[in-house]
Amino acid sequence: MEKANADKYVQLEHVDMTFHTKKGTFNALKGINLNIKEGEFISIIGHSGCGKSTVLNLIAGLLQPSDGLLFCAGREIAGPGPERAVVFQNHSLLPWLTCFENVYLAVERVFSTETKAQLEARTHAAIELVGLSHSSDKRPNEISGGMKQRVGIARALAMEPKVLLLDEPFGALDALTRANLQDELMKIMAKSGCTAVMVTHDVDEAVLLSDRVVMMTNGPSATIGEILEVKLPRPRARLELAEDQEYNHLRSEVLRFLYERHAKKSA
Amino acid sequence: MTNTVNKIMPTAKPFTLGSSRRLNTQAYRFFGWVLPPIFGLFLLVVIWALIAEHTQELPGPIKTWVSAVELFSDPFYDHGINDKGVGWNILASLERVGLGFGLAALIGIPLGFIIGRFEFVARMTAPVISLLRPVSPLAWLPIGLLVFKAANPAAIWVIFISAVWPMIINTAVGVSKVPQDYMNVAKVLNLSEWKIVTKILFPFVLPYMMTGVRLSIGVAWLVIVAAEMLTGGVGIGFWVWDEWNNLNVEHIIIAIFIVGIVGLLLELMLTQIAKRFSYE
Ligand SMILES: Nc1ncnc2c1ncn2[C@@H]1O[C@H](COP(=O)(O)OP(=O)(O)OP(=O)(O)O)[C@@H](O)[C@H]1O
Ligand SMILES: [Mg+2]
Repeated sequence: MEKANADKYVQLEHVDMTFHTKKGTFNALKGINLNIKEGEFISIIGHSGCGKSTVLNLIAGLLQPSDGLLFCAGREIAGPGPERAVVFQNHSLLPWLTCFENVYLAVERVFSTETKAQLEARTHAAIELVGLSHSSDKRPNEISGGMKQRVGIARALAMEPKVLLLDEPFGALDALTRANLQDELMKIMAKSGCTAVMVTHDVDEAVLLSDRVVMMTNGPSATIGEILEVKLPRPRARLELAEDQEYNHLRSEVLRFLYERHAKKSA
Repeated sequence: MTNTVNKIMPTAKPFTLGSSRRLNTQAYRFFGWVLPPIFGLFLLVVIWALIAEHTQELPGPIKTWVSAVELFSDPFYDHGINDKGVGWNILASLERVGLGFGLAALIGIPLGFIIGRFEFVARMTAPVISLLRPVSPLAWLPIGLLVFKAANPAAIWVIFISAVWPMIINTAVGVSKVPQDYMNVAKVLNLSEWKIVTKILFPFVLPYMMTGVRLSIGVAWLVIVAAEMLTGGVGIGFWVWDEWNNLNVEHIIIAIFIVGIVGLLLELMLTQIAKRFSYE
């Protein structure tokens, strides 16, 4: 076991992932090495099916690697844990619970020693953080897609995780809602200071939000092709950045990686 | 919907437009939904009357109606063990169905959960279920008589065994259909098995379970008539048999209607309950 190190808060060492299916084995990931600093915001970008979700699920502990090791805060990742919260791609709220109850379910488990009033206060605070206090008693099918995604974020944040894992959190939203939520997420992350790993297929989103953009090659046997540092000062404003040279340069770097060097062969 | 339309449009016009549309939907409802069933039932009675006209032993609708009015004027008389009013017979059958069905729910639903949750148990029980399920419920009657040495528990046993399969199978199917996403949520939130069952499995499986319950009550009510014909005592099935021995054909036809109507009411009741429980 290694000592917790702020520069290597989350560590992936020679991680391979092979799926065994009825049709045979499928080597999805090969030789993934990545160190994530504490408080850093990392994006993983790559073409569809390259294995982004698989990487995230490995860090979440929902999958076990076929080979290699994963650490979080110096401890090997053996399964899901409350210090690593996940925002799922399709929000995954339980449709029979209200927004409040969905968040409460998470809070209740993590802070099991607290009183009911304390737990409720935590839940309210998390829902307020994403600006949904007025809808906290509604069921997921009574609110919009953007609001559902916010509840998903509130549920994850309410657990006060050390690492926030987001799998294409805004993938299913329209451009306007998406931009709003990105801005909100930036503010929330600045406040909470927790480490984040976000899967995305949106180049602007990756550059705007991240400290580093991890670009993956195409599968099978996908791996990390290149890592791009984004040294833009925070807080970042999307309108100003649109004309920023550095921003546009980074953006075209990612685009070049995706569409020139690792273009998806048309299937 | 109509409210917003009324608000946006000037007042005079939409009023007539709205009311004529309402009239149209009312007419549509009447001709589309109310009329056809009435017409269908009417057709049934006409065919029955025509057949009765040409068959000596079969009483027609009017004769049966008269007999039914007389029968239901005093449904709860009691002239000793072998001569009770039709109301008592219906209640006796309902009680048996309730007991057998209740036991089946008590055992079938939890068993369905376990089978759905643990693949090992599912593989273990699969051959047993496939083997026993297609057996006609009445084939279990002798076993019941043998074990319980009495007619009443044997009849309840038959109801139990016929009602238990739909509940086991539908519950198990429901549990196995729980989306992986929800189970991933459970894992990430590190929920306890109790929370998984009460907050995820149970709400999701409820509609499936209710389908099983509805099928079960249908089967149970279907089987009780046949079982009681064989076991005797008080009950609608035995009543039919008794009236057959008395050659009272009007009463047999009335019994058919009673069985049909009670079955329909049971089904309706459970459909209403199922609607209440759905989270959509
Ligand atoms: N449980 C599994 N069993 C078998 N193969 C799997 C499994 N999960 C993922 N794969 C395969 O691994 C590869 C990577 O999948 P993954 O879901 O990580 O892709 P992704 O990059 O997240 O794609 P997308 O952008 O479309 O979400 C795919 O080819 C997929 O078919
Ligand atoms: Mg994915």
